[in-house]
Amino acid sequence: MQFGIFTVGDVTTDPTNGRTPTEAERIKSMVTTALKAEEVGLDVFATGEHHNPPFVPSSPTTMLGYIAAQTERLILSTSTTLITTNDPVKIAEDFAMLQHLADGRVDLMMGRGNTGPVYPWFGQAIRNGIPLTIENYDLLRRLWREDVVDWEGEHRAPLQGFTSTPRPLDAVPPFVWHGSIRSPEIAEQAAYYGDGFFANHIFWPASHTRQLVGLYRRRFEHYGHGTADQAIVGLGGQVFMRASSQDAVREFRPYFNNAPVYGHGPSLEDFSTQTPLTVGSPQQVIERTLGFREYAGDFQRQLFLVDHAGLPLKTVLEQLDILGEQVVPVLRKEFAALRPAHVPEAPTHASLRAAAEVAAGGADDSVSAADDDLVASTR
Amino acid sequence: MSTRKLTVVTAGLAQPSSTRLLADRLATATVDALTQRGHQSTVEVVELRELAHDITDQLLTGFPGVRLRAAVEGVSAADGLIAVSPIFTASFSGLFKSFFDGLDADLLAGKPVLIGATGGTERHSLALDHALRPMFSYLHATIVPTGVYAATSDWGSREWAGRLNARIARAGGELAALLDTGRPATMVDPFDEPTPFEELLHNP
Repeated sequence: MQFGIFTVGDVTTDPTNGRTPTEAERIKSMVTTALKAEEVGLDVFATGEHHNPPFVPSSPTTMLGYIAAQTERLILSTSTTLITTNDPVKIAEDFAMLQHLADGRVDLMMGRGNTGPVYPWFGQAIRNGIPLTIENYDLLRRLWREDVVDWEGEHRAPLQGFTSTPRPLDAVPPFVWHGSIRSPEIAEQAAYYGDGFFANHIFWPASHTRQLVGLYRRRFEHYGHGTADQAIVGLGGQVFMRASSQDAVREFRPYFNNAPVYGHGPSLEDFSTQTPLTVGSPQQVIERTLGFREYAGDFQRQLFLVDHAGLPLKTVLEQLDILGEQVVPVLRKEFAALRPAHVPEAPTHASLRAAAEVAAGGADDSVSAADDDLVASTR
Repeated sequence: MSTRKLTVVTAGLAQPSSTRLLADRLATATVDALTQRGHQSTVEVVELRELAHDITDQLLTGFPGVRLRAAVEGVSAADGLIAVSPIFTASFSGLFKSFFDGLDADLLAGKPVLIGATGGTERHSLALDHALRPMFSYLHATIVPTGVYAATSDWGSREWAGRLNARIARAGGELAALLDTGRPATMVDPFDEPTPFEELLHNP
């Protein structure tokens, strides 16, 4: 199982001292946070993509390439890459380039974004959100898998004899997760292609996540990619920890109360009951996170949100220390003990390359046997 | 004979509230009219006052909390809806509007809705037709022709109360008529029956 962090990249005033980081400080703190994630033994760093203040990460592959140069194991990902308003040709190029630079430590998560005006700013219409997601992604897949693409669609200029360069590393396209907060169409899309499905999870009740993940799993099986419990599921999570839960609540409450997304709304207590937010001791986070599998099944990737709402870098790094030292090692052990043998790990570049080699080389071998054996983590 | 499910959404703020009083009478009139047509009925009441904080939270977080979800599911599962708001400052109350703002855009599509409103004086009665009716039209609800407005004075003299009761009975009868032939609400849950991907891919 993979553990990591995902960041929105918000520039938010620290409500406890009124200090607002500069964009430069926030960008550098995101990088520091990513490097720390690798140092404490996490597997994944994912950055959001936004095109409006107060968010800084408009150019994810620039940031991820910079982080790739300073890390060795960390998987670099996104949360999310806007499949609606980015040109799929540029996504194909950018992430293939990043794959080469990062020696394959790259995957990405597709999403539609949370800011309506981004559509017109990038020449699209918000009413086309789902059709853009469907068409653009289908083209993106072809650009990575076919050396020469002839293509014509509704939402982009046609392509004749186009080759996206560089070609994906080892001819293995990055693994793709489809991120969704609420759209059944996205669960359907992920299932159709046999891609991963990432439920944002963090601002919604468990009953909703159960429904969304359940749909994806059912349809994954329907489309013949494996049994429902072999589908590749990722979940968000939001935590703040101190040795004692009272200290955690006391310290986090002003950040919660003023947070950009849910601030000035429900109480910390209500929000903690209704969503996966866990503010408390490391043990509480362990128990809550293990509980996710009761409604999402055995899942492959857990990303925590730890750096938003104006929390200072020092505090964020302390959170990562706690995750790395006290939480994730226990979760790895517990989840591994609970997971049945036939449930795969999340695909990585190494596992996908090995599967492709077997599929290409061993034409007599049963493909399903190859899939079972080789969809394994590098860990 | 089959059972019709009525859900009543009432946005009165006082306790006791004349808005609730009107809502209850509209529900009773509808139940009576359904009985005459040979239908049993159930009535679920959603008091928005009790959900005021949850509704504000939804405005800020974008998702309904557990209590509000239960209320929304009650509306969604209803065969017929009775919606009653006090009239404040020439329109429905903000709480009433905020509740309906939080519903999925097609949740009320085709659903029979009886609208009612209360106010201090009868001078605000047209708010039913310039505020509530257009909102439910926008939501593609099937609105019964008679909306019922009750001013404070309608609860007083026998003459006025009699006229109010006549309007209530007529409106309840109209809602019952819509529910008589209409098939009971079936919720098409997109999570149970997703649009197949080939359709999404080839018929954008």
